[in-house]
Amino acid sequence: MSEVKYSKEHEWIKLDGDVATIGITKHATEMLGDIVFAELPEKGSSVEKDGTAGVVESTKAASDVYTPVSGEVVDTNQAIVDDPSKINQDPEDSAWFFKLKIKDPSEMDTLMNKDDYDKFAKETSA
Amino acid sequence: METKKTSLYQLHQDCNAKFVEFAGYQMPIQYSEGIVEEHKFTRNHSGIFDVSHMGQLFIYGGEDLIKDLEKIFPLDLKNLKLNHSKYSFLMDKDAGIHDDLIITKTKEGFLIILNAACKDNDFKILKEFLKDKYKMVLDENRSLIAIQGPKSSEILNDVINGVKDLNFMSGNWFTFENQKVYITRSGYTGEDGFEISIVNDFVDQLTRELINKGSKLIGLGARDTLRLEAGLCLYGHDLDKDKTPVEANLKWAISKERISKGDFIGSDIIIKQLNDGVSKIRVGIKPEGRIIAREKTKIFNQSDVHIGEITSGTFGPSVNGPVAMGYVENEFSKKNTKVFLEVRGKKHPASICSLPFYKKSYVKGVN
Repeated sequence: MSEVKYSKEHEWIKLDGDVATIGITKHATEMLGDIVFAELPEKGSSVEKDGTAGVVESTKAASDVYTPVSGEVVDTNQAIVDDPSKINQDPEDSAWFFKLKIKDPSEMDTLMNKDDYDKFAKETSA
Repeated sequence: METKKTSLYQLHQDCNAKFVEFAGYQMPIQYSEGIVEEHKFTRNHSGIFDVSHMGQLFIYGGEDLIKDLEKIFPLDLKNLKLNHSKYSFLMDKDAGIHDDLIITKTKEGFLIILNAACKDNDFKILKEFLKDKYKMVLDENRSLIAIQGPKSSEILNDVINGVKDLNFMSGNWFTFENQKVYITRSGYTGEDGFEISIVNDFVDQLTRELINKGSKLIGLGARDTLRLEAGLCLYGHDLDKDKTPVEANLKWAISKERISKGDFIGSDIIIKQLNDGVSKIRVGIKPEGRIIAREKTKIFNQSDVHIGEITSGTFGPSVNGPVAMGYVENEFSKKNTKVFLEVRGKKHPASICSLPFYKKSYVKGVN
């Protein structure tokens, strides 16, 4: 299993073979506040890098969820649709959003590692 | 223009508030626990809201003032009891709403609580109408806090003895640290509670004492979800100059005595709408499932015809689901009418419902 990578849109991605698990970062959930709604891409659909692949809503506002890499959606996490508060509780593990069979592994190289992301998150929220 | 701070700014900071600019003020949108927890704490326990950005307009006068104010507001102010409050509106001649407000009859005259974003314009309108006949003070030296929720009466009464005997929509002067405070049993959350007008220098101390007794500061975020669950309107969203009180489904707030005689600003239109009906009206809207339909969401009927728009919509933590209100064409306003809401390009089913979404009984008569 490879290291976890991060996007500028505050998604995390973990690659296992050619299947990537994607969710939103803890930092993202802290900015959003209480998440009360989640919409996920359809299983079997194709998503393009940096394209919209879902929506999260807090009591205050709706935000798009983007996919950091391209691929075919092979699984989605119904548990976070049924209880969106799980996203606030455990964003970077059990509250993952969707799994992709990735198209182009080199897209992973465009993403940040943890240190770079933490720095990025700190700078952009200041 | 620099944003203003209320006298509780330091306390908000001490409680880790996240601030937003609202009507020219730095106001707390939420504290560390977040909107959902703050909302539930208010419903189950007691929450304190800093609403010092709202206008506190004192108008001093007697019988003449009552007559003049009745030319402005659709209220029977002559028969309003001393220290009793009414919900009302400032309208233009077309009955468009310039503000919604709470007016209380005091020994000295009237106290009117105005929305922050409207207060300066309201003052101008009222001044133009009343000229210089009465002393009018939009008091910047007083703060306003609300304490809301089932434990609030007990908590506030521990600090200011006697408030628990106030009836809903009535008030009186009390003292705190030798300061005169005006307290009404009212609020905007659907819970029992009080609004407290107190000089700026003492509001921090009072609020800290209430927190020590078990109440908590609650931000504007939860104030919005609470008022929407309670079916209450937010000016600038559910109410504005293009809507009348009859269209807003607030005709209960218009005094029947005054309707028969008219003679208040907007009365021609109000009377006409009460007799002939209106083409659009405010309703409650309950989306099916979990989809949240926010302000400006388009509403369609079953034949896919555009029939209205959402004016407020969010997730209701106590309802544990989405809640909304908006305006629809009158023929689609009946309870349980099926409608569709266009969210992110897709139409989602919803139904017209009665308000409020969340109901609790107010304290009507403790005496």
